[in-house]
Amino acid sequence: MNESEFVLVLASIFLQASPLMIAVAGEALTERAGVVNLSLDGSMLMSAMTGFVVAYTTDNIWLGFLAAALVGAFFALIVAFGSIYLKQSQVAIGFVLTLLGDDLSAFLGQNFVRLPGPSFSKFTIPLLSEIPILGPIFFDQNVIFYFAVILALVTYWWLFRTQPGLHLRASGERPDAAFARGVNVNRVRYLYTVLGGALVGIAGASYSLAIKIGWSDGHTRGFGWIALAIVIFGGWSPIRGAVGAVLFGATKAMATYLQRAFPEVSVVAFNSIPWILMIAVLLVVGSDFTERFTAILPKPLQGPVRQLLRVAPPMALGNTFGEDP
Amino acid sequence: MSRSSWLERIWPLVPVVAALLFVVFLLLGFGAEPGTALSAIIDGAFGSTDKVLSVTAFWIPLLLASIGLMVTFTAGLWNIGIEGQLAMGAIGASAVALNVNAPPYILIPLEILAAMAAGALWAAIGGVLKTRGKVHEIFSGLALTNLAIILTNYLISGPWQPPEGGSFRGTAPFQDAALFPRLLESRFSPLTLILTLIALAVVAVMLSNTFWGLKLKALGKNPKSAFLLGVSSERETIYAMMFCGALAGLGGAVRVLSWFDSLRQSISGGIGFLALLVVMLAAYRLLWVPFIAFFFSAVLNGSITLQLRTQLHSSLGGILTGVLVLFVLLFGEYKKLGFRREPPETPAEVSHE
Amino acid sequence: MRVELNEIRKYFGPVKANDGITITFEEGNIYGLLGENGAGKSTLMKILSGFQPFDSGELLLNGSDATFTSPREALAAGIGMLYQEPLDLPPFTILDNYLLGRDNKVIPDRQAAIQELIELTQRYNFDVDIKAHIDSLSVGERQQLELVRLLAGGAEVLILDEPTTGISAEQKDLLFASMRKLAKEENKTLILVSHKLSEVQELCDHAFVLRKGQMVGETDVPCPNEKLVEMMFGQLPERSPRPSVSLEDTMLSIKEMAIRTYRLSVEGLQLDVRSGEVIGLAGLEGSGQGLFLKACAGLLRPAKGSIQLADKDITNHSYHATLAEGVGYLAAGRLEEGLVAGLTLTEHMILGALERKFMIDWESSREETSKRIEHYQVIGTEASTADQLSGGNQQRLLFSLLNTPLRLILMEQPTRGLDVRSADYIWEQLYERRKDGTAIIFISPDLDEILDRSDRIAVFYGGQMLKVVEASETNVDELGHLIGGEL
Repeated sequence: MNESEFVLVLASIFLQASPLMIAVAGEALTERAGVVNLSLDGSMLMSAMTGFVVAYTTDNIWLGFLAAALVGAFFALIVAFGSIYLKQSQVAIGFVLTLLGDDLSAFLGQNFVRLPGPSFSKFTIPLLSEIPILGPIFFDQNVIFYFAVILALVTYWWLFRTQPGLHLRASGERPDAAFARGVNVNRVRYLYTVLGGALVGIAGASYSLAIKIGWSDGHTRGFGWIALAIVIFGGWSPIRGAVGAVLFGATKAMATYLQRAFPEVSVVAFNSIPWILMIAVLLVVGSDFTERFTAILPKPLQGPVRQLLRVAPPMALGNTFGEDP
Repeated sequence: MSRSSWLERIWPLVPVVAALLFVVFLLLGFGAEPGTALSAIIDGAFGSTDKVLSVTAFWIPLLLASIGLMVTFTAGLWNIGIEGQLAMGAIGASAVALNVNAPPYILIPLEILAAMAAGALWAAIGGVLKTRGKVHEIFSGLALTNLAIILTNYLISGPWQPPEGGSFRGTAPFQDAALFPRLLESRFSPLTLILTLIALAVVAVMLSNTFWGLKLKALGKNPKSAFLLGVSSERETIYAMMFCGALAGLGGAVRVLSWFDSLRQSISGGIGFLALLVVMLAAYRLLWVPFIAFFFSAVLNGSITLQLRTQLHSSLGGILTGVLVLFVLLFGEYKKLGFRREPPETPAEVSHE
Repeated sequence: MRVELNEIRKYFGPVKANDGITITFEEGNIYGLLGENGAGKSTLMKILSGFQPFDSGELLLNGSDATFTSPREALAAGIGMLYQEPLDLPPFTILDNYLLGRDNKVIPDRQAAIQELIELTQRYNFDVDIKAHIDSLSVGERQQLELVRLLAGGAEVLILDEPTTGISAEQKDLLFASMRKLAKEENKTLILVSHKLSEVQELCDHAFVLRKGQMVGETDVPCPNEKLVEMMFGQLPERSPRPSVSLEDTMLSIKEMAIRTYRLSVEGLQLDVRSGEVIGLAGLEGSGQGLFLKACAGLLRPAKGSIQLADKDITNHSYHATLAEGVGYLAAGRLEEGLVAGLTLTEHMILGALERKFMIDWESSREETSKRIEHYQVIGTEASTADQLSGGNQQRLLFSLLNTPLRLILMEQPTRGLDVRSADYIWEQLYERRKDGTAIIFISPDLDEILDRSDRIAVFYGGQMLKVVEASETNVDELGHLIGGEL
């Protein structure tokens, strides 16, 4: 691999990771508030379809993204309403929506399969893009990449540096304590479930309008689940989640490259990689590996490193909260 | 009878009607005549003996998977990997069908055993990952399902491809001795119905009258307490998964040996996922499972005829079942909707200092 | 601030939690609020602190009408409540925990908050590192922070609900000193909710007593204990005497045991327990007594050392293998760890039984269950589910699930949440078992209970078994200092 090829591969890894980064940021917000939106795979399919169809028929890509965000938000609203108001199982509703989104997107999008459509293109940032190596990788990218990076940083800042972020996290950790301090827990949960869903919708549309342009049955199938796994891997942090998304993209890109280099190795091995990676990653998160790792460090380092690697889920994740304690 | 109690009684029909209306609007939106579409579905499901037998043949593996899920749901497990367990069962049965030459009375039991073992093994991986690796069964199940589908495709296009060359569609048809005896040239084999009814009876007794069933129930409701009461949560989790996997594997065998006559691409056909919907709609009551499974089977088979007649995407059947389950989850319980404020329930204890 | 409660009523269905309570709290005083479990103290304080609305009555603050719909509104009006289990956010840093709800600016002023925190903690002599996470603090330190937060929020009335549970004597003294300072120097109104007469006597100026949802008496304190007790119970309950049992051979022998977890290492554990003996484990939460009990039950594997039960080495037995050797274990949480919500009493009995058949014999199981229900005075039927029982009955159910005979019973907080009478009944049952030679080891944050119920007391501090003392040769004060690490 020569240098320019290497740069191209890296640039494509970051581009491929962008929708996942967006979905992970959205779902991290939702789960930090205490709700699991398991419908990601279905709502991404629905929003990818809607985004493409709207952009295609109106010839306006922004309307496509807007429609996709609304679809994602609507799916999330169903999860929020079902779990917060009706106190139904979040997993059950999320799972049904996943299947429904798959079928519904196939049906509604049946007349728009494999059509050429509008798409986002590259936006070259002047000056910065001329930096050798880094320039072409980071500053000569698709608009969606810039959006994903900024989104990860902003959601991180929102979560950990602002008062609304405190309200959000408190609702997911200990709703009764949050309530005692004047947080309207269920309103916070509605808000961030819907907002997170809208971001997931944008992630879905960024596949059909920027990365894998067009629509076909099951266009983004699997990516929603991978995003859910990355949220866990990323310890419910948008930035660590973004790193996880890039690592995932890198592994996939490496597999594609290896496949080209060794065509005799069956395609099976490469198709299995995301799924084997998903199990492996969750195994690492679930094991006491981080505890063991921090235990061998020198004492003064242990505290900060443990904080850095901490992957405890929000304590009240998936629990309902009634205001009458 | 007061107005509200009358409403409360007919309420369970509301989500059903709402789901039908949803589909009707969808059809209207696509310029289809809902009446024609509906009659196409009914025709496709019950229009002839052959079609009824088809619905029954599709119903069998769906019912087997649903029965299996009753066990995992009782143990508190979201066995989403059941789709992959079905596929593995199909692969297990195919391996025997393709490689063993024997008379049917030996071959068929062998195939059934291989299918059940393969399904149970695949499910056990999910169980071990959960108990030993703390990987939630939803994620491992999903990954294992995809791996099973990838494996199926690999076998079809590689080692098991038909002699005339890989078509990516399926293996060559199995020898006749390997296939389940079928009724009237249809896809339905009475043998599979007998096996399914046995499974149903076994699970019914198991869940209500055995010590193991009680242990699973405790495990599903509160794993921590169950452990402290003496239930080995690790072992029972894995066993429950394997039990379900074995039944799903049997369902997979039915798919290759009775519905088809070979191992095909997407052999599990979404039956595992559909079974999850069946059990949710049945609200985890075993008695309802066979009827709901049959209804689903009719809808899905009917929507294939719908596609042939109207050129509409066959996912309409999936939409109807999905919307139905969603609406029942959301609006099925009249009381939860809060039209009438219930008096606050008496707390067991006034204060909890 | 002067707080007047007039004819406060709060019903939960047929249960009259508060049945027309009228009380006035004057500023600058410390009040004790006494009563049995279910007397209505908690409900009344939840109403006052904005957690629950009342059905009827009147709440006056400095003479003007007040109603709150949330704890936040109550605090804005000057009423703050400190819970037994601090209502804070364990995964947060101290600063974030303090910032939450402090103001409504989008970007909180961290510097100002840090200054405030430092000032307030210094004023009340609290010593905390504001960069630390809440979950690394002791219960006592978390309470101090809650107190600081309430004061910074403008609390003029402070309600403290059993604040001394699980804190050391030193922290208790510090807490009481700051309470006195708040009342006498800063003119705040303090309400201490407690069932510990000694604390009320030590700290309060005046006490109110509730019984069955009504105010049944008030008195200036200190006063004779008998007076308070009579108001609380109507008559003096007799605490069942601890029958003396001749201690037999060694039942449990622990040698050179060490338990190591990532959070805490407990080293050098050495203890012999004789059959019929009751050992109380005292210590602040997280001092190692919990790990010790878990190791004895086989829930944790010791890093070194041995555990011998009668004449059998059970060091490396799993929990289930340990149970099979005749050990019973009761965890602290009832419905969380021990009972299964949704399962009937009969089903619990079948699960807990040692004898296991493939098929369930429902008929005989029901008979056995109704026998045990009768014997343990559980109010419920074989077909009721565990969650339908009241707290006290759930606890009794747990005890009824213990098999007979047992060699060793291990318990965490056996009488948590029980009123005096129920607790007494439970201990009577346990004393019965001592006659069969059953040894008992239990943990309790309540030093009085440890002192009254044990033969010997093992005190834990910072991952060590600091000292083993004869219960008859020590007192609450000494124990309070011991659990704080002062020998």
